[in-house]
Amino acid sequence: MKGKNLKSWLYLLPAVIFLACFMVYPLVDVVVYSLEEGYNSASQTYTGVGIYNFSYVLRDPYFLQAVKNTLILVVITVPLSTGLALLISVGLSSIKKLRELFQTVYFLPYVTNTLAVGLVFMILFKKTAYTDGLVNLMISWFGGQGVDFIDGPYWAKMFVLCFYTLWIVMPFKILILTSALASVNKNYYDAAKLDAATPWRIFTRITLPMISPSVFYLIITGFIGAFKAYSDAVALFGVNLNAAGMNTIVGYVYDMLYGNSGGYPSYASAAALILFAIVFTITCINLTVSRDHVYY
Amino acid sequence: MKVVLKNLTKIFPNRNKKIHSDVIAVSDFDFEIPDGKLIGLLGPSGCGKSTVLNLISGLETPTKGRILFGDDDVTDLPPENRGVGLVFQNYALYPHMTVRQNIMFPLQNLKGDKKPSKEEMERRVLEAAKLVQIDHLMDRKPSEMSGGQQQRVAIARALVKMPAVLLLDEPLSNLDARLRLQTREELRRIQRETGITTIFVTHDQEEAMSISDMIVVMETGVMQQMGAPQTVYDDPVNLFVAKFLGTPPINVFAGEVKGETLYLGGTAVLSVPGAPDGAVTVGVRPEGFILDETGPFEGALSRVEVMGRDTSVIFTHPQCVSGDIRAIISAENRVDESKPAVRFSLKPHKTHLFAADTGERVRFKDR
Repeated sequence: MKGKNLKSWLYLLPAVIFLACFMVYPLVDVVVYSLEEGYNSASQTYTGVGIYNFSYVLRDPYFLQAVKNTLILVVITVPLSTGLALLISVGLSSIKKLRELFQTVYFLPYVTNTLAVGLVFMILFKKTAYTDGLVNLMISWFGGQGVDFIDGPYWAKMFVLCFYTLWIVMPFKILILTSALASVNKNYYDAAKLDAATPWRIFTRITLPMISPSVFYLIITGFIGAFKAYSDAVALFGVNLNAAGMNTIVGYVYDMLYGNSGGYPSYASAAALILFAIVFTITCINLTVSRDHVYY
Repeated sequence: MKVVLKNLTKIFPNRNKKIHSDVIAVSDFDFEIPDGKLIGLLGPSGCGKSTVLNLISGLETPTKGRILFGDDDVTDLPPENRGVGLVFQNYALYPHMTVRQNIMFPLQNLKGDKKPSKEEMERRVLEAAKLVQIDHLMDRKPSEMSGGQQQRVAIARALVKMPAVLLLDEPLSNLDARLRLQTREELRRIQRETGITTIFVTHDQEEAMSISDMIVVMETGVMQQMGAPQTVYDDPVNLFVAKFLGTPPINVFAGEVKGETLYLGGTAVLSVPGAPDGAVTVGVRPEGFILDETGPFEGALSRVEVMGRDTSVIFTHPQCVSGDIRAIISAENRVDESKPAVRFSLKPHKTHLFAADTGERVRFKDR
């Protein structure tokens, strides 16, 4: 028995070594950094141990702005993208003609580079000396007042960021949901039809419960993904996100490490741990809520 | 309610786009199912049985022909307005609902004044559940039940809205052998108690024969024969029906009729008054052999299987086209296994002649 145990640990050794070096050690290190006050990365010295880093980060207006931005992004894009993706997937699976074409079209954003898309969005929304941008042009057709979506008011910038995020995250959700819908046995629909269920009832009582594991998966990963948003904001507003007032929590962590105000791994670690706490809490809530609504 | 099918035809376009010919699933089906009977729709896999069921339920629309329930033409009605209950082969119970919710689902879908009150729904659900004897499992999910129990739930769900016609697609195929026997009796009982016209599809002839008031044998979309099980078994219209019905299967020989006498490989074996001269295919039921020392029919004995109640004699004959021949004789007969040959005479009413080319029955006076 003992020899067998040793053997199995030997089999696990490569994985254990890699996980320890590249996952466990950095994670522990983050916690250590976050507790070291006045840490200097050049001289590798610190002045004390405590929770000052956390209280600093929590009082930093830039961090609070980042939290606010991230929360708005999460609250708007996660439900909206999941709902829209559901709508589009149901539509896709109920058409017969050109289904493959539409599936391809809806999946294209997934394979497109984030920064390239950001550029396109800038052209669509940005106001310059020469042009008001395509969207403003269209607004003016309907007699509306143009607005600078990239450098203008906060709500406009938030709108573009949400719009962009939706556009980026939808394809994957559509892909997952169309395959989930396709895996529902046609017999259930036939049975429901014979039982005179209306299309709406079939959707809410049959389809939705049947694909609920996939929907739930998308909601969980959607929350986590949205909380970790960063590259989307950079693609739209450039690297100086604090100046644009559009920073996200991950953006704040990055800035603390490498940005102009950088060189503060302790603050970055503290912010990262706060983000972790938020995501962890939300995921726990999700799991609890889902227990009554997801059927495996 | 009686169900009438008139010239029912269903043609599917070929899935393989390179082949342009269409697939004829059901061809010119024409029969009337009397009110309150249990009908077995019988045929080999892929012969269009399930398509007939789907056409009656309205899940498929016929290419041609009409479907009548009683005197009402329902051909153009959508499935939900036809008042049929369908039990799917895989039962199609909603896995996320309990038994109670599953059975109640059809009632909750009713609209307007047809929609019963809550108490009425509860009462009817319980009634249906009691009928199929699952009223003690109301709060289970389908995944927590055995195949047989799931099937009962499926039947209860189909019955709860009091359908005019109950359709069952291979209702017993997912059950083990013992449960199958028990469930088919149950099915018969439920049908008797409710008096609902019931059509069930099966490829298992024993299943169909045992409980049906009437069986319909079909092959490649064409109805072959319809009638009471015993009649169809005793008096098949063609070789296909004769071969399809009966376990062990009928023994088939290549033979010839000359001067109202049947010859197998040059030996006269049976007098067949009224049959025209020519090559025939001969079918002899296993119970159609009489052990007879002086009989005209001689075969090379392979082995004897003793079953207790009766005895199977397995032997070969050069004219036989269906492999080994199996004769079932009563256990009082003793077969001398030391001899290489065994002799039989044939029972005329268990021997059927079919035209060698078309497989159609060639009749002769057997008495």
